[in-house]
Amino acid sequence: MSNIGSYEKRIKNFDWSISEKELDYKDGNTINIAWYCSDRICQMGKADKLALIYEGFGGIEKEYTFNDIRLAGNTIGAFLRKLGVVQEDRVCLFMDRIPELYLSFLGVLKIGAIVQPLFSAFGEESLHVRLENAQTRVIITQRKHLAKVRRILDKLPFLEHIIIVDHNESKPLQKNEVSFNLEETTPVEDFEIFPTKANSPSVLHYTSGTTGQPKGVRHVHYSLISQYLTAKWILDLQDNDIYWCTADPGWVTGTSYGIIGPWSLGITQCVLNSGFSAEAWYKFIEKHRITVWYSAPTAIRSLMKAGDEIVGKFDLSCLRHLASVGEPLNAEAIVWSEKVFNKQFLDTYWQTETGSIMITNFPGMKIKPGSMGKAFPGIETTLLDPKTFEPFDKPGEIGLIAFKPGWPAMMTTYWNNNEKFKEKFKNGWYLSGDRSSIDKDGYFWFTGRDDDVINTGGHLVSPFEVESALLEHEAVSESAVVAKPDEVNMEVVKAFITLKPGFEPNDELELKIMNFIRKKLSPLAMPQDIEYMDSLPKTRSGKIMRRILHAKEWGEEIGDVSTLEDE
Amino acid sequence: MEETKDIILQYVIEEYLEDDEEEITYDTPLISGGFVDSFSMVSLKVFLETKFKISLPDDKATPEAFDSVNNIVNLVNEFIE
Repeated sequence: MSNIGSYEKRIKNFDWSISEKELDYKDGNTINIAWYCSDRICQMGKADKLALIYEGFGGIEKEYTFNDIRLAGNTIGAFLRKLGVVQEDRVCLFMDRIPELYLSFLGVLKIGAIVQPLFSAFGEESLHVRLENAQTRVIITQRKHLAKVRRILDKLPFLEHIIIVDHNESKPLQKNEVSFNLEETTPVEDFEIFPTKANSPSVLHYTSGTTGQPKGVRHVHYSLISQYLTAKWILDLQDNDIYWCTADPGWVTGTSYGIIGPWSLGITQCVLNSGFSAEAWYKFIEKHRITVWYSAPTAIRSLMKAGDEIVGKFDLSCLRHLASVGEPLNAEAIVWSEKVFNKQFLDTYWQTETGSIMITNFPGMKIKPGSMGKAFPGIETTLLDPKTFEPFDKPGEIGLIAFKPGWPAMMTTYWNNNEKFKEKFKNGWYLSGDRSSIDKDGYFWFTGRDDDVINTGGHLVSPFEVESALLEHEAVSESAVVAKPDEVNMEVVKAFITLKPGFEPNDELELKIMNFIRKKLSPLAMPQDIEYMDSLPKTRSGKIMRRILHAKEWGEEIGDVSTLEDE
Repeated sequence: MEETKDIILQYVIEEYLEDDEEEITYDTPLISGGFVDSFSMVSLKVFLETKFKISLPDDKATPEAFDSVNNIVNLVNEFIE
């Protein structure tokens, strides 16, 4: 029997107080996510239960019980407090998926500070704009990423402490740097957790839009109420499950469902800190007898490419429930998963801003492969007319996906940008920026984004950010960046550029520009294809018409070109 | 003349290793070891094609074929005339 039971019954009788009661939370009480994820689980008699099973590159294996993670959270919190870090200070976590990343998440929240997780593959420019915007006071990192931090430190006057979790004592520490080795620090048994309330900020995730700099999505401790219940009902996490969320906590899935959801339910979770390989992934599932697996379409399509034969080399009969997130899961992938795992991947839809799953396929529900599924109970969802922003109810017609504000994990603002936050609402609805249709049975069918943001491998990349970075390369005169279709990643970044006089369009230059962007922004943002142009299509007022280049890549009609400069 | 595998190893060290204390050899797993991610494989492929004046078909440029310097050398040798 699944945790959700009957979807129809849940819809009729739903109230978020279901989650509040299970968590013993009452309006006005203290609510601290880290306490719920560790101390409370210990108080429930699960102190010796495994919370984290970790495998890293080079055969490193570590295990942590719920008591271990409670103590680690205390110890890291105490260290931060000693440095003078206080509630609502921003503490950036800039690490690979090592245990210290997960444990620091708890430590930061325990002192009431705000966790700012950033993807460790970010280049120095991506790191700089996000730390500058958040006025981050502390960064916790590894020595392998230290060079990037050192290069931008002088441009970050608010950054007071750089904590290195694996410092090599033979190397001198530099300005603002401090070493902290968790395993060599005496665990702190008793710790006064900061009494955060429902509206106290908890996590600050950065996300990209079409224009402007990345926006800091501010979540609060009350988001736990959504994350707990969605993890329980959709991921169907049960007490004896072994769970694996493949997402990196640098992105929202990796925190909402890679830390908060499973640990608040007292679930054992596994982390594999290595690059992708089908064999390594299957081996990991087999070895740890993983029962619930939450992954992404890009990974699933990569596994499909690796072939069916390799699946047969492993005993994957332990898998009980599979789910996917990040971009629409194509029907072929669902059919394939049923063939090779004897289980369908259930697609889930949500965003950094929503903080928790909004539209989804539920355990026990009739799955229509390729569909997003139905709204989570308590989430009022509609499609809006793109011109009037009024709700409509016409099966098969495409509209803007919108949600009625008020669910617990909804973002509370964009950091330092409340104007942008307000723009996300029209006629009392939160605009997701995505389009879909609804069929006669109430299933949502994703059709595309409502802007130019590129979704590559489940991660959003701003064309503006890449275009701006391209212009900083000495050879580039003009740039336009669009999504290009891709079999595995759904979309990848494609750049159209014109060159400054004196530069020749050739493969060597293409490689230099690719690596320039990879190091400056991130591998995700690196154009997978660069096309040299004599000129870019522009309006008569000089604005680059990205739309025309996008249509060219996707084989679509170019549409109205009446404003084109040369027409 | 510098050997193919040294040229590739040197390029990987210069372009992908962030920590100067990290060491890799001809056999170090590059993709599964997390040194080179799947997105960066594209620029590594462009490097190989440019440097060795070859054209690598997409279906040959797999994570397995790129997973160590030795694997890459085998791949490149298949296409060098």
